Amino acid sequence: MDKTTEELLGIVSDWSGKFNGAYNIRENGACAGRSSSENIKIESMEGKPGLEIYIKPGTKGETVYIPACVTKGGIDDLTYNNFHVGEGADVIIVAGCGVHTSDGHDVRHNGIHRFILEKGSKVLYKEKHIGTGAGQGAKRIDPVTEIEQGEDSYLEMDTIQIGGVDSTFRKTSGKLGKGAKLIIKERIMTDGEQTAKTDFAVELNGEDSGVDLVSRSVAKGNSYQEYHSKISGNARCTGHSECDAILADNGRVNAAPELYAGDLDAALIHEAAIGKIAGEQIIKLQTLGLTEEEAEKKIIEGFLRG
Amino acid sequence: MLKIQDLCWSLESGEEILKNVSLEIPEGKLTVITGPNGGGKTSLAKLIAGLQKPDSGRLFLDGEDITDWDITKRSLGGIGYAFQQPVRFKGLTVRDLMELSAQKSLKDREICEILGKVGLCANEYLDRVIDSSLSGGEAKRIEIASVLAKKDAKMLVFDEPEAGIDLWSFSSLIDAFEKLKNTEKKSLLIISHQERILGISDHIAVIADGRVTKSGPRDEILGELLGEEKIERCPLGKDKEEN
Repeated sequence: MDKTTEELLGIVSDWSGKFNGAYNIRENGACAGRSSSENIKIESMEGKPGLEIYIKPGTKGETVYIPACVTKGGIDDLTYNNFHVGEGADVIIVAGCGVHTSDGHDVRHNGIHRFILEKGSKVLYKEKHIGTGAGQGAKRIDPVTEIEQGEDSYLEMDTIQIGGVDSTFRKTSGKLGKGAKLIIKERIMTDGEQTAKTDFAVELNGEDSGVDLVSRSVAKGNSYQEYHSKISGNARCTGHSECDAILADNGRVNAAPELYAGDLDAALIHEAAIGKIAGEQIIKLQTLGLTEEEAEKKIIEGFLRG
Repeated sequence: MLKIQDLCWSLESGEEILKNVSLEIPEGKLTVITGPNGGGKTSLAKLIAGLQKPDSGRLFLDGEDITDWDITKRSLGGIGYAFQQPVRFKGLTVRDLMELSAQKSLKDREICEILGKVGLCANEYLDRVIDSSLSGGEAKRIEIASVLAKKDAKMLVFDEPEAGIDLWSFSSLIDAFEKLKNTEKKSLLIISHQERILGISDHIAVIADGRVTKSGPRDEILGELLGEEKIERCPLGKDKEEN
């Protein structure tokens, strides 16, 4: 692995020279390291670039790392990763992505993830995205996530785009069975001329299924963000989506939430708030000794962390 | 300590809120500013903390002219200010706020000690986000605690600290104010109508219609106010044992 990859791995996947658990490191479109565990098997996908990750039923307390880094300009990396989570498993999946270019050429990573959660399984999915490097080359990350959740399964997705990504289009879709729960916490910060587009489509098909979708974004500089979500309640279910955005400088945000109730007992809620940082928040932190700039930074840090 | 000299302040509409207010807040003492609603008390507190700029007049802290200092500089200079209406944040926790105020990392027990002064059981609150999930009373107590945590505070300004505080927490708060004054030798300026706070003060100033109408030692002013029956005799004035 090159030094830039190691640095990016440290940021996006807590890499400290090794991973404790099953892992696959993707570097510039190729495998830079792989290890399976007794309960988590990682195999190359047939016919396509990517991985089949099999998590045995009943696997508890294990973490699997699937980070990807692109560190050379001119690479347009596409990968398909299928996560098969066996019945009753309870695991953490870490799948960060870093893109770097400093030679003037564009760089892109497009990860298409598919999650198949069997009955009663539980997954915490953590994903950090970052772009680094100077020069004119654009840094793009366009993840696609498809989710199929079986009965009483639970998936929590904690995703954050830290910064430096010039353009992203994040597309996430899910189909939930009986009693399945999906929690998505998405945080995106854009600056300069960056753009970010997010599209969620969740179908609540099983009785007592539920989704909680929380998106927090900060648009600074001249950046632009688009948010679209659609929650379809096709059974007795609960759906909640919350889109909060902070604007700074000339940042712009277009939020378009959508709810569809196809069942009398579907309970769906959407909350949205877009605006600049409240002046009183900045003033409060100034009364504690922070400058206006420090206060704004601290408020944004907290907002994206929360 | 703090000298307020001929301070005037008006709304953008031109309405005069403070009219040539002059007052001296002595060092190491507890001064209460009281008076009818709309008289200009909160405006004066905001001018002291730097949230508003006066139209004319000067402010001196320990002899230094701070009139042109911004909010941050006044805070770093030792002025703390507790808002009448607590500010809420999406994402910032109680721990964050206490550490920002103290300008250092705090151990759990240090934060517990501060929160205990305002009657909060700290372990439940350390990592609570200061958002709408907190009740008004909780948010108010955290607001006050954030000022009690302040590093290098010389003068602490509290705007109606009793508002939204329950009886038991209020008693803790009274103790905290007395300790700040007597043990830590802080100078306190409290905007209040509350009899019990007036009762622990050293000095009282009355502001009405934008002017200081009375100012002097507690016993002298309190006697006059009680005679005029302008004090709120709310249940908070009673001792805990009586309730």
